[in-house]
Amino acid sequence: MSALLSTPTLFGLTGAALVAIGLYGLIVQGDAVRRILAFNILGGGIFLLFGVIARRGAGAGFGGDPVPQAMVITGIVVAFSATALAVALVRRLQALPPEAEDGDEATAGASTEREAAS
Amino acid sequence: MSLVLDSFLGVLALALALRVLLAREALAAAIGFVGLGLVLALLWVRLDAADVALTEAAIGSGVTGLVLLRTAAAAKPVAPQGVAVRGLAALIAFAVFCGLAALVLTLPEPAPSLADEAAAHLEATGLGNPVTAVLLVYRALDTLLETVVLLLALIGVWSLSADRDWAGAPPPLWRFAPTPPLVFLARILPPLGILMGLYLFWTGADTPGGAFQGGAVLAAAWLLVLLAGLRAPPAAGSRRLRALLLFGPALFLAVGALGVVFAGAFLAYPEGIAKPIILVVEAAITASIAVTLGLLVLDPPQPPGPLPVEGHSSP
Repeated sequence: MSALLSTPTLFGLTGAALVAIGLYGLIVQGDAVRRILAFNILGGGIFLLFGVIARRGAGAGFGGDPVPQAMVITGIVVAFSATALAVALVRRLQALPPEAEDGDEATAGASTEREAAS
Repeated sequence: MSLVLDSFLGVLALALALRVLLAREALAAAIGFVGLGLVLALLWVRLDAADVALTEAAIGSGVTGLVLLRTAAAAKPVAPQGVAVRGLAALIAFAVFCGLAALVLTLPEPAPSLADEAAAHLEATGLGNPVTAVLLVYRALDTLLETVVLLLALIGVWSLSADRDWAGAPPPLWRFAPTPPLVFLARILPPLGILMGLYLFWTGADTPGGAFQGGAVLAAAWLLVLLAGLRAPPAAGSRRLRALLLFGPALFLAVGALGVVFAGAFLAYPEGIAKPIILVVEAAITASIAVTLGLLVLDPPQPPGPLPVEGHSSP
């Protein structure tokens, strides 16, 4: 019980829940921007889990193990890079003429499949 | 008492994540995400990781949020998946939660840690902040590659422009006439932002802060000026801009190569003068990071004029 009542455990469970929420959103959301948002929630949860591990590794007068903390900083920056690239692709898609959009591509793909089958 | 506060922060983070997930409009979801990032930064403070808190607030919430906000504003609603997929996704997500929660509750005791080793060699680096020591000394290769990843992402974004526009300027951040309060803030806040950004870089050697946090604040000051239309985005083909983008990673790489000659290993620093070298490298990457982050928020270069991008990619 005492283990459950500590900040690292509490935030560890928060991180686990954030991963679950992000994963669910990543699967069910229809819109690409919403999926990128969900992906970032998932990432935030994983970083938080790593932060809990860093906090538990506190020692040598530091509040946490500096190695995982530095890796999380790297992770946040890399996640931003990936997000910026994904968003640029989405914006390019938004700027395309309507007939080339996602839904129409799917129907176009389906009709090609039908043609291939017949 | 602190546990009550921590529980409140944890619940608040989850509530905001659910808000992002369930919001009807993409714009509301993106605003919720910015709020979630700020609450996560508070969680990082509570985990005694102020360096990460600053990064989360500046990059995870701030710059990432800005990129998502301006895209979400233009997003058209798309129907989510059907009930069967949602049920299955909920099942998978719940299983993942249970697995991770079980891991959290059974973490080894005592926890494995590299804190002692990080402390043992801290004096040789001349730095006071162990996180900066990890980023710039112990695992400097990670940080070097991280600055390259930022550049690669920018090349990826720019490569979405048509060949004929490759050397042109990105379109303005905001196409509408700025309001007077925005212009006022864009005039008085950037000097403070620049001061804060430089301070974060400088203090990062000994206290929480560093190149990425400082660079993000500098980028924010620049983006505010662009948002208010006080300056136009620079041309992507400008040699000065490209030199500035490459300056940090190139200097970092050169210092790393010199380490082979003078200190016996790639990215090793000669004993005694490690700290000045680290500060010079940090200053260079702070400048490059600031410009790269700002340009990553902007769109790829486009032909001048108010016309939206056309579907053609070749002239």
